[in-house]
Amino acid sequence: MMKAAGRWFDARLGLAKFARSAMNHVFPDHWSFLFGEIALYSFIILVMTGIFLAMFFHASAAQVIYHGPYRALFGVPMSSAYNSALQLSFEVPAGLLVRQMHHWAALIFLVAILAHATRIFFTGAYRKPREINWIIGLTLLLLAIVNGYLGYSILGDLLSGVGLRIGYAIFLSVPVIGPWLAYVVLGANIPSESTIPRFYSFHIFIVPALIALLLAFHLGIIWRQTHTNMPGPKRTDKTIVGSRLYPSYTFKSIALFFIVFAVTAMLGGLVQIDPIWTYGPFEPMAVLPGAQPDWYLGWIEGAMRLFPGINLHFGHWVIVPEVFFPAVLMPLLLFLLLYLYPFLERLFLPPDKIHNVLLVPYEQPFNTAFGSAVLMFLLVLIAAGGDDVIAVAAGVSVVTVRFLLRILVFAAPALTGAIIYSICVTMRRHARTRSQESTGEPEQPAEGTEALSAPPATGEHGSPPPLSPPGLPSTP
Amino acid sequence: MKEDKAKDPGDKGGKAGRGGLAFLLTSSMLGLQFLRQRMRRPAGTAHPSPVPSPPHSCKGAAKTSGITLEKDGNDELIRRRRRGTPLILCAFAVGMGGGIGFMYLYWNSGSTQWLGSTLALCLGGFGALLVLYAHWIVRHELVAAPREEMPSGREEREQFYEVFSSGADDIQRRSLLKWMGAGAVALFAAIFVSLFRSLAREVPQTMFTTVWKPGQRLVTMQGKTLTVESLEPGSTMTVFPEDNVGSVKAQTVLIRVDPNLLRLPEGRTDWAPMGYVAYSRVCTHAGCSVGMFEANSNLLLCPCHQSTFDVLRGAIPTGGPAARALPQLPLYVDSDGKLCARGGFTGPPGPGFTGMPA
Repeated sequence: MMKAAGRWFDARLGLAKFARSAMNHVFPDHWSFLFGEIALYSFIILVMTGIFLAMFFHASAAQVIYHGPYRALFGVPMSSAYNSALQLSFEVPAGLLVRQMHHWAALIFLVAILAHATRIFFTGAYRKPREINWIIGLTLLLLAIVNGYLGYSILGDLLSGVGLRIGYAIFLSVPVIGPWLAYVVLGANIPSESTIPRFYSFHIFIVPALIALLLAFHLGIIWRQTHTNMPGPKRTDKTIVGSRLYPSYTFKSIALFFIVFAVTAMLGGLVQIDPIWTYGPFEPMAVLPGAQPDWYLGWIEGAMRLFPGINLHFGHWVIVPEVFFPAVLMPLLLFLLLYLYPFLERLFLPPDKIHNVLLVPYEQPFNTAFGSAVLMFLLVLIAAGGDDVIAVAAGVSVVTVRFLLRILVFAAPALTGAIIYSICVTMRRHARTRSQESTGEPEQPAEGTEALSAPPATGEHGSPPPLSPPGLPSTP
Repeated sequence: MKEDKAKDPGDKGGKAGRGGLAFLLTSSMLGLQFLRQRMRRPAGTAHPSPVPSPPHSCKGAAKTSGITLEKDGNDELIRRRRRGTPLILCAFAVGMGGGIGFMYLYWNSGSTQWLGSTLALCLGGFGALLVLYAHWIVRHELVAAPREEMPSGREEREQFYEVFSSGADDIQRRSLLKWMGAGAVALFAAIFVSLFRSLAREVPQTMFTTVWKPGQRLVTMQGKTLTVESLEPGSTMTVFPEDNVGSVKAQTVLIRVDPNLLRLPEGRTDWAPMGYVAYSRVCTHAGCSVGMFEANSNLLLCPCHQSTFDVLRGAIPTGGPAARALPQLPLYVDSDGKLCARGGFTGPPGPGFTGMPA
């Protein structure tokens, strides 16, 4: 049966050669390579749960009166969007489960992308020939952040309304074109009739389509270039070591999909997330103390809280409002630096060559220290995004917390960078002494370990000279 | 979830949960039965499918375009197959049980918690099955394959240029084509950008104006007018112009303070009759409602980013990220003893933008 179907398609498409080479495509076996796959699978889960939610959600700001079973809001006027989200949560069978799974999957998506990017950065996988995928990957991270914001902003609850109002101020703060930009994106000042429908079409159509397109490129390119390898025996710039797509990798990868899905279902069922009914509908006059965005926007929120009240003005006119620096300029510069990192790095390094064998983080102390400092910077900013919550929990004033965080936001990354750098240098020295001592002994099988095969002569950013395995065919 | 959710999740979840549990028990009993039958067979004698010999010998190496570095032997494969099968069947039972439990709960309005748990059992069971299968049954191997070199060979590149330039020779008036192409692209870009006008129809002529007009009375959210007796010292209220109750832009915080403490900027000294001061309630930082007042320090606090504004000194920012004072609304008391606005705010309310009066 399968054979007949195969022949039918092969007669029309001539697939045998491609299918054979696809089945033989080699994937490295290392746990750190799974983050990207987790991101891919959580995107699929997002699409699946999102389609279900779209069946019930009304993307409209039209005012209605709530008549549903949740008594605390009975008879309260609210937007149609919020009303439909409440119906979805309380009346549609499995509606709340799917809504919470969707939100959890979004958080997993972003954590996985960040972990994947971190692995790529710390092992130097972004280097030639994979700079294009580094750029596409960062763009995917940006799109994922944007779509997360769009997603929780359309529900019409008080928390999302506060987020929209801050979003309006951020767009407005862009020099010269700010007001125009804010109105193009949000339709009008918040609250606006146009915002929810506009955000909805971006959230379910435009941004996911872009993500899917870039994902296809991302995967197509890595398929063409083949994966990198962690250092180990027989892993060279010309040879990839791992298991083939068929049969073993297929099992592992589909298993991972099921496990990611299962974790999402468990979280969606048991751990409450974004309980919109407790916030109530968005009212422009209402205040919501302790409000925070989802964690992936916490760093921008934190920067907005820490940045001092300074704007650029000319005489009696504001030129650049204070919000612009932490909420627009800082993220732009950070992403620009990350986008350009593979190319800036070239200015300080020997001529470029192909890097297919990764370096363990301690083999490149500057890289690792820089990456850790950036992560620490973001971590302090995320903490600053909850400075009021921290102040309440610690029993001190917000002013004190803010003062400490304003110091920490520079001190902590610098300190982290310095410490990580010295640790890396020490580890590298020890590893080299060890490998010098053990020369002559057979290398340990390094699958899944960080066993070092780099000989002492390797420079900071160089990779070990190819250990050509005897008898390995050099061409297919 | 919430306690006051309309349905009572506990009861139904419990009932449905018992059903799911019963099913789980049944399916695992069946699985055990199956295992017992399998185990009665003398080991190694009657396996229905003999293990195939490794498919990739010398001939296979060419087909896989790589070489096999490590691979399980057949004995190893048989041993692992025997040990792994019971585990895999257990995972299958969990997956099936979870899935059927989920179906049962779904049709019987089970609670979110039970639905999520059973769905997770179902998916996790099948996930575990595949992991166990990959670990115990599928032959382990480690393959090394050559990577294709990315830069094309010199010959390839030369052939490309040849085809490309011969094709280019067949296109006449190429520079004209380039100019026309550039013109068309520029035009399309201009049309595309112009279309954004549809998205920003109401670009804000009103951004510089204020909703408050001279002589308007201050009213509460419910539309009640306010007299000089309305507030105790140290208390606060949200007020609107009488013809625009609920306007986001016009929302104003009215505070009564001790008049002796007031240090308002020059020219504003008679704006605060009997210690009543009024400021825009929209934060000048990011536009949140400045809804919290601390009577001891006479500070207004924005709950979003913790900017503080000194009510006694014209609401200038005293801490946090805001750079501009909250616009003040000048007040007077009319002949009926009602609080009224002398005019509009001292500046446009809300977050800053280029060209806004500072």
